[in-house]
Amino acid sequence: MAYSEKLIDHYENPRNVGSMDKNETSVGTGLVGAPACGDVMKLQIKVTPEGIIEDAKFKTFGCGSAIASSSLITEWVKGKSLDEAGSIANSQIAQELALPPVKIHCSILAEDAIKAAISDYKTKNGAADVDAAE
Amino acid sequence: MQRARRRVTLPDKRVSEEAFKMNELKAKPIYLDYQATTPTDPRVVDAMLPYFTEKFGNPHSRNHSFGWEAEDAVDVARGQVAKIIGASAKEIIFTSGATESNNLALKGVMKFYGKKKPHMITVVTEHKCVLDSARHLEQEGYKVTYLGVKDNGLIDLEELKAAITDETALVSVMGVNNEIGVIQPLKEIGEICRERKVFFHTDCAQAVGKIDLDVDDMKIDLMSISGHKIYGPKGIGALYVRRRPRVRVIAQITGGGQERGMRSGTLATPLIVGLGKACDILSNEMAEENARITELRDYTLQRFRDRLEDIYVNGDEHERVSGNLNISFAYVEGESLLMDIKNIAVSSGSACTSASLEPSYVLRALGVDEELAHTSLRIGIGRYTTKEELDQAVESICVAVERLREMSPLWEMAQEGIDIKSIEWAEH
Repeated sequence: MAYSEKLIDHYENPRNVGSMDKNETSVGTGLVGAPACGDVMKLQIKVTPEGIIEDAKFKTFGCGSAIASSSLITEWVKGKSLDEAGSIANSQIAQELALPPVKIHCSILAEDAIKAAISDYKTKNGAADVDAAE
Repeated sequence: MQRARRRVTLPDKRVSEEAFKMNELKAKPIYLDYQATTPTDPRVVDAMLPYFTEKFGNPHSRNHSFGWEAEDAVDVARGQVAKIIGASAKEIIFTSGATESNNLALKGVMKFYGKKKPHMITVVTEHKCVLDSARHLEQEGYKVTYLGVKDNGLIDLEELKAAITDETALVSVMGVNNEIGVIQPLKEIGEICRERKVFFHTDCAQAVGKIDLDVDDMKIDLMSISGHKIYGPKGIGALYVRRRPRVRVIAQITGGGQERGMRSGTLATPLIVGLGKACDILSNEMAEENARITELRDYTLQRFRDRLEDIYVNGDEHERVSGNLNISFAYVEGESLLMDIKNIAVSSGSACTSASLEPSYVLRALGVDEELAHTSLRIGIGRYTTKEELDQAVESICVAVERLREMSPLWEMAQEGIDIKSIEWAEH
């Protein structure tokens, strides 16, 4: 399969690979996908009291497109507010990486992962507090 | 090629770094996909060449020397193909390849005998061309039983016995599986079929030249053979059709009535000469070649095991051909692994490498966990594989597996002692 240069770059030099302490209150963790389907994404965000994502990390089991999609989204969410990060659409990822049609689900997974991480963070911190901080 | 090989013969401690660098520099790719196809042996090409140019006659031209010359060459080749499977030359029908042979065997036999015996038996791990021929027969009203396999990839003979009925005309079981290389018990299957008076067809595209085959000893009635899997040319194959007791097939390609009416069309003399030569080479060199390949295979597996944990060989470890190493590298998805080792030509059972986005149906039939099916690589070792190439491949694959495991949430969970089966995954 012919992949775009951007995709290959993210696959070969993935940004923000790693893990954060998921028990820390400032950290939100999203774990999506399923091993049986061939892709699992773990995306973590570290959020400031002001509700800004100051750091993001990922680990992904999946094809090159899945790894590239998660790498890209960690880059994009850094410095964004939770609302901004939560509004990233999978189509933006698919477009940026020029994903072939059969790989669109990888971008959907990345969108799901950031949404899950934001939701985990909000649950941990009480949705009200977060709203107030924003 | 020689030069490239020499460059990677380095002191052990430097191999790691150098092999990786070689990869980066887009070194000459290493071919380890011998189950997909093989290069044509130069000796085969040499044998073929005259039949494209000066010896171009139509072997069916009966009234001049050009035709006789071509016919003689076809006869020699027929004998060479027959010899390697213990058949007589008259029992060999040339086709365009194993796909056509399998189509002719299944459809040809069922359409001839199907009125009285409309049932056939095959196996879920067969090649797609057998399974698809069976599906077509089903659509036409024939009945097909698909046998499952045990977790080592082999069929259960008792299950086969139980599946045979008075209406069964044909049993089709492959000799060697293309994905996992396991060898089915052909002789035992042949016994069962003969006893029950059922024809036994076997797709031996992956078996010829890898295991000893004897159609009489194994009581095989039809056998499919491929040229390009045995260092012969693409576009040529053969179907062995037993004469005593006689097996009849309805031709799937009709016309001039060549090949005893079973397969019309002018014989492709150069390709046939090539297939014959490829068989002839195997007749002389098979034992030696397989011993060498077995040694390389065992060496390669040991190197993987020394370096990596959580790797699993798919398919029976003993009842398999020497050149097939199908390994699941747990926690690393196959397509991403292939992307990382792009100078090494191997195949993966991962869903992402297939058009259907389904992981390998063969691995699933073995009961391999789906997550492990996604992590499999098939490493095919063949006639021209060198130890140096395997050293380089092992090194690149290990480096890639280690890198991707560092990136894998499943590997991280396994390291933390979390059972990934205990997590409720949202299947998508």
